[in-house]
Amino acid sequence: MSSEENRKAYWKANVRLMVTLLTVWFIISYLCGIVFVEELNNIRLGGYKLGFWFAQQGSMYGFVAIIFIYARRMAALDRKFDLHEK
Amino acid sequence: MELQTLTFIVVGITFAVYIGIAFWARAGSTSEFYIAGGGIHPIANGMATAADWMSAASFISMAGLIAFFGYGGSVFLMGWTGGYVLLAMLLAPYLRKYGKFTVPEFIGDRYYSNTARIVAVVCLIVASVTYVIGQMKGIGVAFSRFLETSYEMGLAVGMGIVFIYAVVGGMKGITYTQIAQYCVLIFAYTIPAIFISLNLTGNPIPQLGLGSMMTGTETYLLDRLDQVVTELGFAEYTTSARLSTLNTFVYTLSLMIGTAGLPHVIIRFFTVTKVSDARVSAGWALIFITILYTTAPAVAAMARLNLHETIQPASGQNLAYDERPNWFKNWEKTGLLKFEDKNGDGRIQYTADKATNEMVKVDRDIMVLANPEIAKLPNWVIALVAAGGLAAALSTAAGLLLAIASSISHDLLKGVFRPDITEKQELLASRIAMAGAIALAGYLGFNPPDFAAGTVALAFGLAASSIFPALMMGIFSKRINREGAIAGMIAGISVTLLYVFQHKGIMFVADTAFLGDMKANWFMGIEPNAFGAVGAAVNFTVAYAVSSMTPEPPDHIQHLVEDIRVPGGAGSATAH
Repeated sequence: MSSEENRKAYWKANVRLMVTLLTVWFIISYLCGIVFVEELNNIRLGGYKLGFWFAQQGSMYGFVAIIFIYARRMAALDRKFDLHEK
Repeated sequence: MELQTLTFIVVGITFAVYIGIAFWARAGSTSEFYIAGGGIHPIANGMATAADWMSAASFISMAGLIAFFGYGGSVFLMGWTGGYVLLAMLLAPYLRKYGKFTVPEFIGDRYYSNTARIVAVVCLIVASVTYVIGQMKGIGVAFSRFLETSYEMGLAVGMGIVFIYAVVGGMKGITYTQIAQYCVLIFAYTIPAIFISLNLTGNPIPQLGLGSMMTGTETYLLDRLDQVVTELGFAEYTTSARLSTLNTFVYTLSLMIGTAGLPHVIIRFFTVTKVSDARVSAGWALIFITILYTTAPAVAAMARLNLHETIQPASGQNLAYDERPNWFKNWEKTGLLKFEDKNGDGRIQYTADKATNEMVKVDRDIMVLANPEIAKLPNWVIALVAAGGLAAALSTAAGLLLAIASSISHDLLKGVFRPDITEKQELLASRIAMAGAIALAGYLGFNPPDFAAGTVALAFGLAASSIFPALMMGIFSKRINREGAIAGMIAGISVTLLYVFQHKGIMFVADTAFLGDMKANWFMGIEPNAFGAVGAAVNFTVAYAVSSMTPEPPDHIQHLVEDIRVPGGAGSATAH
């Protein structure tokens, strides 16, 4: 694979990972916390209504997880395509 | 010990630490002044970013907003944290790879245009200056409430402290003081929360306490709160929405992209060693932020419940005004609480009905400020809250001031007007710019302009509608050119400003609002504060349209874009 193709493949993999994670980002905040909050509120998580929990707790834990997953996966991609910092 | 003395001692110690750090971490070069030399550990940078980000508003006002909006306050929780996901994936690593000192510098280079750079500087300065006014006010208010000095005196002391460590230490000094400030503010925030949670639910972790049963009962805390507030005629806490679902959606989005586009946050990621560090560091920043942001809803709900149950321990048994607790008296003195015995029974009725409600003023800031007293915590905790509020305001002010100063000395002076100055001269210029920025911020703090109240909306709106799209397109598209970017930024800001001004008044002067600030006049029911996302959409659209009608960027720019997309590898064309 030429260096240019390699970079293109790396960028494509990066964008694919990003789209997946941004979908999760969208679901846990905009869908679970805003759009479907009333429906989810019929389910309980201990003393929390589930929609309320997503809006005031869960979405934020999810955001943290998303960033660390991204950082780990990207570190692996950097190495796989030999584009990491030396 | 007297509370007053104790507060002076605790605040004094923290200030001494900040100044000590400033002299230990003096900046000796422009690289140290702008990006702390670029060798900050990702966890350390994460902590500094958290302090940089969490302002007086996060520390003092946010829990109060949530306490009174209930579910409706979630906008701020999701909006002010979700932006870090965007920052970590869409901006920070690539801008770190580019490896320059300021945000406008990237925009100027990527769009091969000093005009673009100057437009970015203007957006940055307007957004940062409006934001810094709030911090200056926060410093003055914290001093006057806790130390009973005058507002002006407090502001002057705060300015002096920032002056010392920001002018001497630059980004390097600011970074290490922000780390210290994070420690102070997070202890100050979580300790009262832990005690309140223990009191009410027996669970020391506020995030879990909020979902637990009240001590000695079979009732969940949130259910109890819902019941108490609805009996008094308020909206149910866990479901009370602010405005429409569409507005909540757009507002959250605006705050997220505004967060990701705020230059003082972005430049923090220029201080780490590697691209991979920039990604990880964003994660650490969000962990440190989330510790406070997930505690805030617990503080909000518990403080609201405490307030209602103090005033009305059981249905129909209202507190006699003469028996009100000490904290109530203390905060009445400051004007944050106000009681008016409308029915003359000597007891306090606190209800949603304006005609019979006797708590005529309950300032939302009280939820954090009076929290330790309501929970009957020792005086040193109260003193710590004062130091925490000041740490939050100072750390954010310093970060904003650095963003302003570097855009003046590096982008305008070195970049555009006097490219031939030496590094030494530039370092001196950056210190003078910093001193000037502090003087300006102080002046605006002493004479808050009429538009001060609307400033946060303006800062987020500008960052969301101008800077974020310009940066994102600069990285993700090779086709967006100079003409498109400039037209997009100008269109984005114009639409956002026009919308804010037409409802809030030109520069927030009330009489000049040509469309009243009322729901009927809002575009699709979107409130002016939430309009940044719409401005961003306009920016993207205009930039795309204009770019497709004008010549594509030159080859070396397309190479530059390819180069910033990969962390390492040969062919770097961006040596500084």
